[in-house]
Amino acid sequence: MRIGINSKAQLFATAMLAVAAMAALPCSGRAESVVRIGMTAADIPRTLGQPDQGLEGNRFAGGTMYDGLTMWDLSSADKPSVIIPGLATEWHVDDKDHTKWIFKLRPAVTFHDGSPFNADAVVWNVDKVLNKEAPQFDVSQVGVTASRMPTLVSARKIDDMTVELTTSEPDSFLPINLVNLYMASPVKWQKFYDAAEGADAKAKSQAAWAAFARDASGTGPWKMSSFTPRERLELVKNENYWDKARVPKVDKMLLLPMPEPNARTAALLSGQVDWIEAPAPDAVAEIKQRGFKIYANEEPHVWPWQFSRIEGSPWNDIRVRKAANLCIDREGMKDGLLAGLMVPATGTYEPGHPWRGNPAFQIKYDLPAAQKLMQEAGYGPNKKLSVKVQTSTSGSGQMLPLPMNEYLQQALAECYFDVKIDVVEWNTLFSVNWRKGAKDPSATGSNAINVTYSAMDPFFALVRFLQSGMAPPVSNNWGYINNPKFDEMVKKARQTFDPAERDKALAELHAASVDDAAFLYVAHDVGPRALSPKITGFVQPKSWLVDFSTMTITP
Amino acid sequence: MLVYIARRIVYVIPIVLSVALVCFMLVHITPGDPLVAILPADASQELANQMRAAYGFDRPLPVQFWLWLWKALNGDLGHSIATGRPVLTEVLRAVGNTVTLAIAAAIIGFTLGLFFGLIAGYFRGTWIDRVATSIAIAGVSVPHYWLGMVLVIIFSVELNWLPAVGAGPGGSSAWGWDWDHIRYLILPAVTTSVIPMGIVTRTVRSLTGDILSQDFVEALRAKGLRETHVFRHVLKNAAPTALAVMGLQLGYMLGGSILIETVFSWPGSGLLLNSAIFQRDLPLLQGTILVLALFFVFLNLIVDVVQAAIDPRIKRT
Repeated sequence: MRIGINSKAQLFATAMLAVAAMAALPCSGRAESVVRIGMTAADIPRTLGQPDQGLEGNRFAGGTMYDGLTMWDLSSADKPSVIIPGLATEWHVDDKDHTKWIFKLRPAVTFHDGSPFNADAVVWNVDKVLNKEAPQFDVSQVGVTASRMPTLVSARKIDDMTVELTTSEPDSFLPINLVNLYMASPVKWQKFYDAAEGADAKAKSQAAWAAFARDASGTGPWKMSSFTPRERLELVKNENYWDKARVPKVDKMLLLPMPEPNARTAALLSGQVDWIEAPAPDAVAEIKQRGFKIYANEEPHVWPWQFSRIEGSPWNDIRVRKAANLCIDREGMKDGLLAGLMVPATGTYEPGHPWRGNPAFQIKYDLPAAQKLMQEAGYGPNKKLSVKVQTSTSGSGQMLPLPMNEYLQQALAECYFDVKIDVVEWNTLFSVNWRKGAKDPSATGSNAINVTYSAMDPFFALVRFLQSGMAPPVSNNWGYINNPKFDEMVKKARQTFDPAERDKALAELHAASVDDAAFLYVAHDVGPRALSPKITGFVQPKSWLVDFSTMTITP
Repeated sequence: MLVYIARRIVYVIPIVLSVALVCFMLVHITPGDPLVAILPADASQELANQMRAAYGFDRPLPVQFWLWLWKALNGDLGHSIATGRPVLTEVLRAVGNTVTLAIAAAIIGFTLGLFFGLIAGYFRGTWIDRVATSIAIAGVSVPHYWLGMVLVIIFSVELNWLPAVGAGPGGSSAWGWDWDHIRYLILPAVTTSVIPMGIVTRTVRSLTGDILSQDFVEALRAKGLRETHVFRHVLKNAAPTALAVMGLQLGYMLGGSILIETVFSWPGSGLLLNSAIFQRDLPLLQGTILVLALFFVFLNLIVDVVQAAIDPRIKRT
C-alpha cells in the first residue's frame, strides 16, 4: 500500500502528538504514593470488622478501615492517648437509670459502599456480637469483642441519629470499652447474605461474613482495595472520610505479614518495604546507621510479675513486695539489656497519665532500702527467700522474657531472694495457666507469674487484677488479691459517671495499687518500629494503635 | 503389576486412618486453648464456655474425632478458627505454593546432587571426589534457615539483586512464570535445595562406587563396551535406589519447611503450619497435617510403583 504525502503528514503529526502526549504524562498525573508495611503477624488480621491478633490486629485491620462510636486520640507523641468522639459526637448516662446510655451519632457519615451510618447500623453492629437471634450474629467475632466490653448487653434505636445502649450493671467504663466495637456496613453484609446460596440461615450468615472479609466496608479513613489471604492487604485512602483532617495523605498502604524479625529487617534494608514493626533488636544499630528511623514511645503496656496472694505465699508480706520493687535497676535493664527499647515502670501508669494518681510509695532502684525491708521481714544473706516465677520463652508483649527474668533473678539475689524460673510455652502460659490461677496445679508451685498486659482501658489495666471477684475462673486475678479497699474503689470508679471524677477515682485506685506494691512493676514496652527516611509526618502516640493518615512518602 | 498396585493401595488405607488418628490426637494433647485466636485470655469464663460449646470443643474427644473424620471423608476439613475460611481452601492454596517451591528446589537439588554424586562415584578417591563430597557434606550440615538468612543478606540487602521475602510483586495469587516472579523464588529454592542436593550426592556417589566395583561391570568392560555404555548400565542399576531417595526428598520438600518459608515469608504449607501452631488453630493444623501426610503416603505409593516398573525384582518382594 502506498502512502501519499497527506497520509505521511498525518502519520507524522500523529506520531508527534503521541510523543508529546507521552512526554506530558508525568506532568498530567501524579505518581501513586504507596507505603509498604511489614507486620509481625503471620497472617493478615481478620478484616471483617473485629480483628483478631490482639492490638496489632486492631492497629492494621481495625482503626484503618473502621471506626467505633468512641476512639483513641492518637494525635500526640507526648500526651497520653485519651478517649475522643468517633462515630458518636456526644454521650451521657441516663440520670435515672445508670445502666442506660444515650449516644448521639455523627451525621452525614457513610460507609465505603455509600450506605449511610445511622442508629440502625449501631444496633446491627451490637447485635452481631451480642444477639444470638440476629442473622448477622457471628460467634467468631464474639470473643474478641464481648470480652472487651463485658457489661454491654444491648442497643436500641431512639431515632435515626440516637441510640440507647444498656449495660448489665452501672459501668462508667462503657465509652472507653466501645473503642473495641467497630462499625461494619449492614447494607454491604446484607447484599452478601442475599447472594449466598442455600436455605440454612446460619450457613448463609457465615458465607456472608466470609465474603464481607474479602470485600469489607467500614467508615474508616482507609478502604480495602484488594486482599490475598495470608499474604497482603491493600488499602486505599478514603477521600470522603468524615474527619477531613484525617484523610490519608498517602494513596495506598500495603500490609504484608512477616512474622520473622530478621526477614522483616532484611525486607526493610533491601527496600522491599518502607516500614517494619518490631525490628530485630540486634539490628537496630545497623538500621539507624543505614539512615532508617527508629520510632518508639511508651505504650500502655506493663511487663510485671503478678504475685500470688494465696495463703502461705511469701508475697503476702508487703515489705517483701516493696523490697522486690526497690531492688531492680530498671535503667540498667533498659540500657544494658534492651538497647534502650523500654521505659522503666513505676506503676501501671506513669506520671502525666490521668489514671496515675499520687502514690506515696515511690518505685525506684534503692538497694539499701530494699535490703533493709527484707531484713525487717526476717531475711538476709544467710536466710534467703525462695520464690518461683512462671514465664514463657516468647510471646506477644513479653519482650525478652528469659533474659529479663534472668536479669531480675540476679538483681533480686542482692536482696536475699532465691529466684527459680519455670519456663512454660507462651500459649499455655497465657491461655491456660494465667486463667487457672495460683492455686491450680498448672502453677507448679510458682508464687509469681510473668504475663504482660495492655493498660489501655481501666478494666484490663486494673479491675481484672485487683477486684476480688475477678479471681479464677472469672478473670485474671491470678494471685487471688482480696483487698476490700480495692473492691470499694473499683465500685466507686465504675459508678462515677462524670469523666473527670471517674478519672480521679481510677487514679486513686491506681495509686492504692502502687502503694500496696500489688505487682513487681518492671517495664513498659515502647513499640519500636523502623521507617524509611522517605516517610515523614508520622507521629507515634503513647498507644498500641497509630494513625496512618498523617504520614507522607516521597518517591 | 496391577495386583502389586492394588496390594499397595490396600496397604495405604490403614496408614491413612492411622495418620488421621495420630494427627488428631497430637494436636489435641498439646496444652493450650484451641480458641486462643478468637478468645482473649481475659474473657469471662461464661463467654469461654459459650464459645467452646459453639465450636464443639465441649464434646468428648472421640465424638470430636468421628465428626471430624466423617466430614474429612466427605471433603470438608472444617473452617479455620482464626480466619473463618475453609481449611481445604487454605491448605490447597498453601500446598500449591509449596509445590512451586519444591519443584524449583528439586530441579536444582537433584540436578546438582546427581551430577556431584556421579562424578564423585566415578572418580572415587581423587580430588574431584573430595570436592564433591565436601559440597554434599556442607549441604546436609549447614542449617538451611541460617543459609537462607546469609543469602538474603548477600543478595537482597547488600547487592539488592533479589527480593528478600514474598511470593511475587502481587502475591502468590498473581503468580506467573516470568522473571518478575521467578526472582522471588530463587533464594528460597536454593536454600531448600541444599539438603536434598547433599543427600542425593552422597547416595549416588555410594551407589555408583558400589556398582562400579561389581563383577558385571568388569564383564561389560571385558566384552569391550565403551565407557558410555557401561555408564548407562551403572545409571540403570543405581536408578531405583536413587529414585526412592529423591522421592522421599521430594516428599519432605512438598511438606514445606516451616523455617525456610518463615524466613522468606513464602506463603506455603510450612508458613501455614507455623501460623496454625502459634494460633492454636486446631482445624487448620489438623487439616494441614492430614493433607501433607496423605501427600507423603501417596508419593511413596507412586515411588513404589515406579520402582517396581523399573526393577521387576521389587514386585516379587
